[in-house]
Order: sequence, then C-alpha cells, then structure tokens
Amino acid sequence: MEQVMMIFIGILVSVATYLILSRNMIRVIIGTAVLSHAVNLLIITVGGLKTGNVPLLGHGEEPFTDALPQALILTAIVISFATTAFLLALAYRTYKTNGSDDFHELRGMPDE
Amino acid sequence: MNNVIVLPLVIPIFTAVVLVFLRNVAAQRIMAFITMLAVSIISFILLELVQREGILKIEFGGWEAPFGILFVADTFSVLMVLTASIVTMLCMLYAFSTVEKRHENMFFYSFILLLVAGVNGAFLTGDIFNLFVCFEVMLMASYVLVALGGEKVQLRESIKYVLINVVGSSIFLIALAYLYGTVKTLNMAHIAERVAEVGQDPMLTTVSLVLLLVFSLKAGLVLFFWLPGSYVVPPAAVQALFAALLTKVGVYALIRTFTLMFPHRPEVTHTIIGVFAGLTIILGCLGALSSRNVLRIAAYNIVIAVGFILIGLAVGTEIALAGAIFYLVHDMVAKALLFLLVGMMLYLTGEKLIDYMSGLIRNYPLFGWIYFLAMLALVGIPPLSGFVGKVLIGKGAIEAGSYILLFLGFASSLVVLFSLLKIFLSSFFGESIITNEDKKPFPAASMASLVAFSLCIVGIGIGAEKLLVYVLDAANTLVDPSVYINAVLRES
Repeated sequence: MEQVMMIFIGILVSVATYLILSRNMIRVIIGTAVLSHAVNLLIITVGGLKTGNVPLLGHGEEPFTDALPQALILTAIVISFATTAFLLALAYRTYKTNGSDDFHELRGMPDE
Repeated sequence: MNNVIVLPLVIPIFTAVVLVFLRNVAAQRIMAFITMLAVSIISFILLELVQREGILKIEFGGWEAPFGILFVADTFSVLMVLTASIVTMLCMLYAFSTVEKRHENMFFYSFILLLVAGVNGAFLTGDIFNLFVCFEVMLMASYVLVALGGEKVQLRESIKYVLINVVGSSIFLIALAYLYGTVKTLNMAHIAERVAEVGQDPMLTTVSLVLLLVFSLKAGLVLFFWLPGSYVVPPAAVQALFAALLTKVGVYALIRTFTLMFPHRPEVTHTIIGVFAGLTIILGCLGALSSRNVLRIAAYNIVIAVGFILIGLAVGTEIALAGAIFYLVHDMVAKALLFLLVGMMLYLTGEKLIDYMSGLIRNYPLFGWIYFLAMLALVGIPPLSGFVGKVLIGKGAIEAGSYILLFLGFASSLVVLFSLLKIFLSSFFGESIITNEDKKPFPAASMASLVAFSLCIVGIGIGAEKLLVYVLDAANTLVDPSVYINAVLRES
C-alpha cells in the first residue's frame, strides 16, 4: 500500500512542479495547493499506513495506530488553507493593480 | 516559575488581538510600545533566570518531554528573544512618526506584534513541528506587512515573496515527514538523542540537507534571489524589522539544527554550509558593489552578514560559534539601524539613488554622524559592536584551518566598508542640495529611535565583556548537545 501511495505522491508532486513553473498566476497558486496535498499524503504515508486500533486506553488491544501524523496533517492543512486564501486575495489585488497575471510581465524594471 | 518562558509568545499575540478592536491610533501606539517594553523586560529576567538555574523548559498541557510540545529556554534562544524584542521596540518608536496613517488604520501594529510572536516562538520552541508552525505565524504576518499599502510595486513583489515561502514551507514539511518516518519523534532533543544512537546514516544526512535547503531559503544563504526585491518595498520600519528578524530566524534554525540534531557528519553538512557561506559572501559583495540604489546596497549587506555568521557554524569550534552568536546579536541591531537610516534618507530626500542625494550631513548633522557610527559598527571597527564577533569568528577559523573562509569573511568587511562609504561620500558629503526653506523637519520619535540604536551598538561594543559571559555560555551549550538533551529529557 505504501508503494502505491508513494507513486501517487510522486505524480502529485510532478503535477505541482509543472504548474508552479508556469507563467500564469492562478496556475502557480493551484500548483502550491496541489503540492501541499502531496506533502500531507507524504506525512501520513511515511508515518505508516498499518491498521490498528484507536489509540485510546481501554478501547481494544494493541497495536495502536500512530495518531501523530494525522495531528500534523490537520495543522498543515489549516496553515495551507490560510496561505492559499491569502494568496488568492493577493493575486486578485495584484491583477487589478498591475493589470496582468503573467509573471513575465511582473518582473519589474531593472532600475527600480 | 517556568511559565515565564511562554510569555514572549503569548503577550504579543494577546495584545495583537486587543489592538484589532481598539481603533484609536494613539492608544494602539502606546499599547504596542508598552507590550514590547514588557516583553523585553521579561526576556531579560528570563536570561538571568537561565543563567542561574540552567536550561528551563515548559511542557504544555503536562505532556512529558518527548510526547508533548514544549518550549525550551537556553541562553542562546533567550539572547535572541531579548535582542529581537528590543529591536522591535525601537523600530516601533521609529514607525510612530514615519508610517502613514492608512497603514496604522489597517492593523499595522497588530501584525508587527504577530510577527514578533512568531519570531519569539521560533526561538523558544523545542519541537521541530512547532518550529514550522511558528515560522508560518511569522511568515503570515510578514506577507501582510510586505503587501500592506497596496502599491503597484509592493503587490508585485509580495506575490513572489509569498509564493517562494509557500513552496519553501512545503519542502520543510517534506523534510519533517521523512524525519518523522525515520526517527519517529519530533522533539528536537529526542531527535538529537536518537540520531546519535543510530549514527547519522545517509538517509538522515539527506534529511538534514533538505532542512539546510529550507533554512537557507529563509535565511538568505545562497538562495537569496528573492530578498533584495521584496525587502525594499514595505515602509522603512518594516524593512528594518525584516532585516533584523526574519533572516536571523533562519540563521538561528540552521545553527540549532546543525549543532544539536545533526552534528555527526561535519565532513558533509558543515562543508556544504561552508561552501554556501563563501558563495553567499561573494555574491552578496557583487550585489552590494554593483548597485547605486541605497535600499539595494543595504539589502545586499544583509546577505553578506548572513554568509559571515555562517562561517562560524561551518567552522564549528566553540570560539567560532561564540563569534557567530555575538555577531548575530550585533547584526540584528546594526542592520535594523542601517535600514532605518536608509529609510530616513528616502523620507528626507524622496530619492533612492545615491547620485541624487548630496550634503545631507550639512542639513542634518546628528543624522549624518549616526550613519557614520553605524557604518563603523558594520565594518567592525573597535570599540563598536561588530568588532568582537569578527575577532572570535576569525580566531575560530584560524584554529580550524579554514583559511579560505577566513579570507572571504574579512575581505567582505572591506566590501561592506566600500559600499557604505559610497553612500556616505556621495549622499552625506558634498554640496548640500536641500535649501533651508524646503528642508523637511526631522521626526522627533525617529531621531529618538536612531539615537537609542546607536547607544545599543556602542553599548554592545563597550560592554562586550559582560555580553560575552552569556555568549560563551550559549556557545558552550551548542558545542555539547548533551547539556540540552539532558535538560529537556531527564530533569523534570
């Protein structure tokens, strides 16, 4: 199961890299979102996908499933949600003010 | 009593939330300033406490050491918290008279306090995932501060800044995932112990190199391409804060990672850090020499300093690490001062290029002399603050026989001198081009902040003996990780 997950994560990371390297602002932002999903899957896979009981005392027998990766992912999801929301708002304002969503046109003047 | 450790994080967050609801600007200023004053005093008390009782820790929710999140206060981290708090306080004083009303109305002080909370959290945490979270808190506040104001160039640069940091954070998480998969713990002391037990195999070294990459991006070590663009767009007080705090948090994380958790393969990791430091110095020098824009010269000076501090880590002897810590403290103060001075030049003349400014020292004598003082401190002239750090790093490099890094480090001092002297000669000396009629009055609060900063750099230089006691203690803990590990895992 871990191997299958790793292949999926690899595909997601390559998709994300492709999107991040493009010129269009929205594609880049979607790329970062896909990358964060890939990373979340990576955390849960590396933590081990083995099945076990809920890690509560008095609820069934060992082995317990490691709950920590899920706590980490929960935190990471919240953070990436916030940054993506901020990025989208920022991208909209940048587009409105600079009149372009193409990174080639947002390079800036060399004398600035 | 250990609860004091959490206050440098909690107080700024609490005040930041209060300030969102308190819309009176004067009250906001007073509250924010008092908060930072309080945090500075608390950090000083904490520093004395750590000196007296050794490394302190606080475990949140009563979860014991390797299982829960915890804050650890050793001399190094508390020294950083203290410096960061004082620098922020003085930058705020500067902001009172220079930041525009529309910034202040848009929760400017709240975001500065959140930034400080993130920075202090990153210094104090003893859990590597918590370090990631504190980084994010700090970065989120910095994203807002870069973009606040909404000017064309600000928005254009901020979106690049945010994107680079978002990708950097994802790579940080990848490193954490593999680290957790390998050692099955996130407590930094526990990681250090397990890495020492199993020996630092190639897998762990690779993980450490990914962490090196991430922290290099945050610190501006080699991967500083984003720094000159995004650090020059926000208001001067924010630039000074970024210059003093953000890159230094990355440097702190690098030093912590490679002295506590991954010190066992110096021939791989420390060699790479050394090469990175050398490259950073060379590239930073080229940038500083090539530019005629005061802001860019100052921004490239940050890069040079980061390279110089990491020579101390690459060499890795106790003296060199002490030098790195001392120089880190000095650089936080002096870089903030440099950016405030440069920002003031912009404010007074409205120009960015040194060719269009002249004779400022005639119009504003004290301002000119403070610039001169800051320049001497950054170059490392005794008895100012940069001197002792440079000597210690140099001494360490000679001990370890890293003559190339030694040469690069001291050659960079000359480039720093040249680049800052270029500003001084062409903008402060020469014919005054501002007549007395259209001379802008110098804002009083800013002058107070500049004078306070210059007193700091003189104080750090003259009181080096006193500061060195703390610095040597911090370096001692860094060289011998078992002190830190025992304090976190054994005592209760």
